[in-house]
Amino acid sequence: MQGRRIDPDALLAHVKAEERAAHRGKLKIFFGATAGVGKTYAMLEAAQRRKAEGADVVVGYIEPHGRIETERLLEGLESIPLLLLQDGPALVREFDLDRALARKPQLLLVDELAHTNAVGARHTKRWQDIEELRDAGIDVWTTVNVQHLESLNDVVAGITTVRMQETVPDTVFESADEVELIDLPPDDLLQRLREGKVYVPERVRVAIENFFRKGNLIALRELALRKTAERVDAAMDRYRATEGIGAPWAAGERVLVGVGPSSDGESLVRAGKRLAAALHAPWIVVYVETPDLIRLPEAERNKRIAWLRLAESLGAETVTLGGHSAGSELVAYAQTRNATRILLGEPSRKGVARWLRPSTVDQVLARIRGIDVTVIKTTEAMRIARSPLLTRSAAYLAAPPSGKERWPNYVGAMAGVAAATALAWFTTPVLNEPNVVMIYLLAITLIAWRFGRGPSVLASLASTLAYNFFFVQPLFTLNIADGQYLITFAVLTAVGLLIGTLMNSVRLQARVAGHRERRTARLYAMSRELASVRGVDSMARVAIRHIGEVFEAQVVLLLPDERGALGFPSSEAEPSSLRGADLSVAQWVQDHGQPAGLGTDTLPGSPASYLPLATSDAQRGQLGVLAILPANPRRILLPEQAHLLETFASQLALALERAQLADQAQSARIQAETESVRNSLLAAISHDMRTPLAVIGGAASSLAADESRIDATTRRELSQLIVEQSSQMTQLVANVLDMTRLESGAGVAKPEWVSLEEIVGSALHRLRRPLAAHKVSARLEDAPTLIHADPVLLEQLLYNLLENAAKYTPPGSHIRISARRAVDEVELLVADDGPGFAPDSDPSTLFEKFQRGRAEGALGGVGLGLAICRAIARAHGGEIRAERIPAGGALFIVSLPHEREAPVVPSEEDPE
Amino acid sequence: MTSAAHAVLIVDDEPQLRRLLRSTLAAEGFRVFEAENARRGLIEAASHKPDIVILDLGLPDADGAAVVRGIREWSSLPIVVLSARVDEQQKIAALDAGADDYVTKPFAVGELLARVRSALRRAARAPDDQIGPLKLGEVAIDLARRQATRGGETLHFTPIEYRLLAVLAQHGGMVATQRHLLREVWGPEHVEDPHYLRVYMKQLRQKIEPDPARPQYLLTETGVGYRLRGD
Repeated sequence: MQGRRIDPDALLAHVKAEERAAHRGKLKIFFGATAGVGKTYAMLEAAQRRKAEGADVVVGYIEPHGRIETERLLEGLESIPLLLLQDGPALVREFDLDRALARKPQLLLVDELAHTNAVGARHTKRWQDIEELRDAGIDVWTTVNVQHLESLNDVVAGITTVRMQETVPDTVFESADEVELIDLPPDDLLQRLREGKVYVPERVRVAIENFFRKGNLIALRELALRKTAERVDAAMDRYRATEGIGAPWAAGERVLVGVGPSSDGESLVRAGKRLAAALHAPWIVVYVETPDLIRLPEAERNKRIAWLRLAESLGAETVTLGGHSAGSELVAYAQTRNATRILLGEPSRKGVARWLRPSTVDQVLARIRGIDVTVIKTTEAMRIARSPLLTRSAAYLAAPPSGKERWPNYVGAMAGVAAATALAWFTTPVLNEPNVVMIYLLAITLIAWRFGRGPSVLASLASTLAYNFFFVQPLFTLNIADGQYLITFAVLTAVGLLIGTLMNSVRLQARVAGHRERRTARLYAMSRELASVRGVDSMARVAIRHIGEVFEAQVVLLLPDERGALGFPSSEAEPSSLRGADLSVAQWVQDHGQPAGLGTDTLPGSPASYLPLATSDAQRGQLGVLAILPANPRRILLPEQAHLLETFASQLALALERAQLADQAQSARIQAETESVRNSLLAAISHDMRTPLAVIGGAASSLAADESRIDATTRRELSQLIVEQSSQMTQLVANVLDMTRLESGAGVAKPEWVSLEEIVGSALHRLRRPLAAHKVSARLEDAPTLIHADPVLLEQLLYNLLENAAKYTPPGSHIRISARRAVDEVELLVADDGPGFAPDSDPSTLFEKFQRGRAEGALGGVGLGLAICRAIARAHGGEIRAERIPAGGALFIVSLPHEREAPVVPSEEDPE
Repeated sequence: MTSAAHAVLIVDDEPQLRRLLRSTLAAEGFRVFEAENARRGLIEAASHKPDIVILDLGLPDADGAAVVRGIREWSSLPIVVLSARVDEQQKIAALDAGADDYVTKPFAVGELLARVRSALRRAARAPDDQIGPLKLGEVAIDLARRQATRGGETLHFTPIEYRLLAVLAQHGGMVATQRHLLREVWGPEHVEDPHYLRVYMKQLRQKIEPDPARPQYLLTETGVGYRLRGD
């Protein structure tokens, strides 16, 4: 089938987007080139029209800038009171998100999409407030200027030399359902400015001289028009695609941006975004961490991490690779991901240096086949100021200065040289002179391997001097008699330096590889352990321990109750458990399915990070929230660490979901069993009631009718019959009641710590009469003192088993009760030496309801006793089975889980 | 019989059960009064001042524990409750409200009579009477002096074991609930720690019972509490 290739991913994305859009509020953006074009005015005008049509329109936030016309348009519109926040010394007014959510209007107006919220608001940015409003199903109208779009940040800065501090991710702009361009020719705008309609007069002159120069206005207007046109294009493409009009599907373009070696990744990332947007292609930003880059100072490495965060905020997928050569890693990765274009920064090395060590661009060009390579010229002019996002990221990542003391390494290096000198000194009588050089080389190699490059350089120089001083004529001077030695010195120094560099590189590679391997191993270890434990509680423990160790953090898993409200775990804490997680933040994460706290844009001021644990099926909601408080924020902020944490979280979510599904399957099975039982129960009862009732009725009527004609012996016999039959009926009714209770769920086990010995004792006490003629022995020494079980149910189980034994074995038989401990369970055994099970029967069917070991006969009972035993065992998460004893007799084995140790009872301080 | 002149009030809504109890108790020499619901029960108890009340927990107009509390407002007369086998919580509630003992339905009449008699015996004892020496088979325990022997040999109990024995003995053969024992012996902060009780009961049985697996003196009322049955 070679028909039109429909990209299933694209189709799926489209379906998902539609699904989301059906519930989400619509976003309309009033888009302008600069301030003053009349966006707010246009928005309010449109809102008044909608209001007149009867829509529920509410003003969330409007920035009036003191313009009278704007304020007049606000009349008649309901407004949400503003939130007063203390930002430093000043009180600031902010849009009140919670009040807006509570009011839940049909349409909400929130001005200034790019606004940055004051500290104390839920989100850092207003666009996040708007996302949350839309998630809640509220339609939102807002305004934004072209210079606030993140991907155009460079371009606008290039035009106006003013860099915008407040930016909006392009994804938000692209996700708008409608964008209305509010256009005003530059001359008209300048006119309005002069008339004081945009700014208060004293600011007008400054504004016109700076930002509002006519050239700027024309360029910005063009940008805004072009951006709008791009959107119209995209909408047209989407329309054609979904309507099946033979337009090309996005032709499978995929842009790969390689950042790392070049010093200006920021403009490279933005260029990547523009290229990807123009091609409607997904894009990946790749950072290859080569040994050269590992050696960079902390600040430089943080800068690269910030680029990756910027890329993520612009909608890119980010990847960190490790390898020796950035070029070959990039090419290999581009091929596995089917990239169609690679975007790289201009090489920094020129001329001979570039020939000696080919730049990444050259390496890529040498290896690539069939992929376009675009090289971006990055210039100083592009870097007027740092983007706010980068500044923020860098602030996060600013690590405390590395306090590592290096000098012991240099001391070690000197000691190594001294040792080599001593060794050479004592062996010169037997060694040739060239071998002395070899000893020094060996020492330098070892020093390089052990202490790194700096000490090895020192060792090279020191070795040369020491060799000269101790072994070259004239001895004990730095003079040399023979010029030949100059070459020896030069080679010794050069070889030493080379070895040092090589060893250093090997060490770094090994360290990087080791680091990766350890992480993979940890992930594997956690998955394996999660698979081996049962129950959410144990899983949480495993996860907390592993994640806590890997990220050097305190971790807690918050799970929802039946109503979806998160609560702290009630079980004992692990050493790495996080106490005092913020439940309100966690609940927000649970409800919205998005991460919050440290490292995210929602409540970034929170010290801990909160990750949602999602099910694989969105319909089933969230499983819970993982809160993590790292000792050092870098542990989870580095993109690679963040990805790793996500992997850990998704492993945990998978395991939890598995446990949840198993629980559901279990309850469904019980449900089905209950149904089938009820019918057979009625049939059996009506049969088993009839006999004793007939006997009791008959005997009693004889006794009541005519006393004189019955002799004393017969009367006693009849009375005895009534007693026996009624007690049998009592037992029957009790069994039916027990069974019903157990199956209706009313008999759900309420376990506590109980003594097995005590329960056996109490069951035997209740059965002292039926068992009077049997020999009973109990040996319970091998069982734990306390087990976790429901005492009443467990006693009932034993009672039924022992009563059974009493009933089906002849007097004088021996009944032995014993217990033993297996790995994580306790087994309780009841054996008898009676006739055992019928030879042709299958003992395992005994536990079905209405089953008897022997055919109907003199022995009464509905055959519920053992079914109750099984129901009780299962209510404890255990099982019961029956076995034949080869020497004769029946053996019943009850296994109950024993997964945790009993709490310790403090030993008494006996004063005596 | 000591019960010759004792008056008993039966509070039960089932006429058949009242009939059975009335004829049995009358044959044993008790004076019998009856009430068919909780309201009447409280009135009869106040007007006749019986020596003992037999109270069914499944009354139509009130919770059994409420009736117990109603009587306890003015009297400490012994109350024995009748309850269905499965309702441990109900039994415990009635016992915690101040009932002295319970008998599970269906019961043998002999068992009920025995409970009634021991409840009357305990009520006859003044509240601050010293509990006399306990005799449990071969074991003799003097709780006041904290001395014990087994067949003449000294038997050592820890202070907590003595306290536990004393609380059980105060109940004089009646059941003592788990929470009551935990509160009296270990203090109110340990009422949710049944494992304390389990471990100490085991220790006590090993010292007192001839066969700890089949106790004769320290009896378990599973799910409810413990009972000390002396000789």
